[in-house]
Amino acid sequence: MSVASGETILEINNIEVVYNHTIQVLRGLSLSVEAGQIVALLGSNGAGKTTTLKAVSNMLGLERGAITAGSIRFEGNDIRTTAPHALVRGGLFHVMEGRRIFPDLSVDENLIAATYALAGRDKADADFEAVFDYFPRLRERRTGIAGYLSGGEQQMLALGRALIARPKLILMDEPSLGLSPVLVEEIFRIIRRINEERGVSILLVEQNAAMALSVANYGYIMEQGKIVIDGTVEKLAGDRDVREFYLGAGVGAGGLKSFRDVKHYKRRKRWLS
Amino acid sequence: MSPALLDFVEFSLAGLCVGALYALTGIGFVVVYKATRIINFAIGEFMMIGAYFFFGLAAQASLPNWAAIILALIAAGTVGGFLERFIFRRLIGESAISVFMVTIGLASIMVGLVEIAWTADPRSLPTFLPDRPFFVPLGSAEAFLASKNGWSFIIVAAIMAAFITVFRFWRGGIALRATAADQQAAYSVGINVPGVFSFAWILGAITAAAAGILVGSISGISSAMGAIGLSLIVVVIVGGLDSLAGALVGGLMIGWLESMASLYIGGEYKQVATFVILLLVLVVKPYGLFGTHDIERL
Repeated sequence: MSVASGETILEINNIEVVYNHTIQVLRGLSLSVEAGQIVALLGSNGAGKTTTLKAVSNMLGLERGAITAGSIRFEGNDIRTTAPHALVRGGLFHVMEGRRIFPDLSVDENLIAATYALAGRDKADADFEAVFDYFPRLRERRTGIAGYLSGGEQQMLALGRALIARPKLILMDEPSLGLSPVLVEEIFRIIRRINEERGVSILLVEQNAAMALSVANYGYIMEQGKIVIDGTVEKLAGDRDVREFYLGAGVGAGGLKSFRDVKHYKRRKRWLS
Repeated sequence: MSPALLDFVEFSLAGLCVGALYALTGIGFVVVYKATRIINFAIGEFMMIGAYFFFGLAAQASLPNWAAIILALIAAGTVGGFLERFIFRRLIGESAISVFMVTIGLASIMVGLVEIAWTADPRSLPTFLPDRPFFVPLGSAEAFLASKNGWSFIIVAAIMAAFITVFRFWRGGIALRATAADQQAAYSVGINVPGVFSFAWILGAITAAAAGILVGSISGISSAMGAIGLSLIVVVIVGGLDSLAGALVGGLMIGWLESMASLYIGGEYKQVATFVILLLVLVVKPYGLFGTHDIERL
């Protein structure tokens, strides 16, 4: 179902997630990430994108959520019961939505905190210089309090922490959140560089579908807790529904389209698995 | 040197020494609060069990004092770690008030267990501090400072210096602050958050127990000595719940203030002074003198 290049690093199979024993958020969601690829996970608000990432990084337990069915495999191992910090140390890093830097620590201290991800590795040296090479602006503000950084700089710091951890797979939740278009482009350029230069696989959740598809190899689109469309970026970009609902392009003519003609719901739906 | 001034100086010195013990216990509270956001109302009882462990080991089991102190601290740390692992870790995600209530219940249980083991009668601890009093030269006169008070102050100062050094240069200090700031984010960078919680409870219990042994050596122990926890809550609120420096300054301040109140108003009013200060601080600086204000970016 996806382009075959290398092995599968992450495989989510038919998972269901329930919050507070009552609210079902994921309903049999499946997706996979091939090693070395950027995979985009798109969808509207409340579709369950963030929940999907938290299910993988095993953060749901902190929010009274639980996976009730299905399996999640990282490099072939079932990770449903692996502690979150153990996953990070094993190479699966989650850059959470809203950046989540430690606001009252300095930039340097934020990066030092991320060195805990290297615990138990063979080569445990943290490469701060690499972070500052990617993000020169952070170098200038090393001793500054992270809470006073601008939104873009905070996102850079969040990505910098991921770089320190030297992960194999990064789960990235809405890196464009609250940033100006210029900064969004800069952040996505760096995301692509990280992927190309370091061979890190990335599962990218985004509201900004056009930007996400511009860097990704493969894309999934989810609606109400399951995948409805998936395919290579080329295929998705050519899909009439995707163009209409996610990329804001009108059908056929290519120009803007009157809202009177916008369909209220999907023309077609497809369940994976 | 007028007698009034001499009184002032002697009461100040004694007050600051009591304050140092408040500060040490306050640190035990702040470490737990910083990492876990749990308001540990049983902090006075943690002092008490530390003192009773020392009493049991030194006076009843006749161990040498140094061994009894070390074993008592280890036992108190074990209790702290055990409570975290089997009670407080299960309460992660519950509302702060529920967890606070659990610590109040825990305080009662600890008092009950101590009374079962050692009865409610007051006891005195074996002396382990030198008993030559300090005389602070003051012009023509000398201010008297009881030996136990003076030595307590010196010991507390040494422990504090060790704390500050360790948290400044050790990566674990950053892990503690990161966990305090955002648990999920701490997990997401690979910090063993439950491990940090355990560490904080063990360290908090040991610190409180050390303070308990010192307090007990000054004024004896009883199953009601945990009531000092009420003044301690004031200390940490005045200093700022999550500030180690705040616990230090708040402790010294409240200790001195209570001593002044008992000198000039009368011993039975010293708690009134304490709570007047609490009220003032809450009105003027609701985060305490050194507490973290949440950083808000506009």
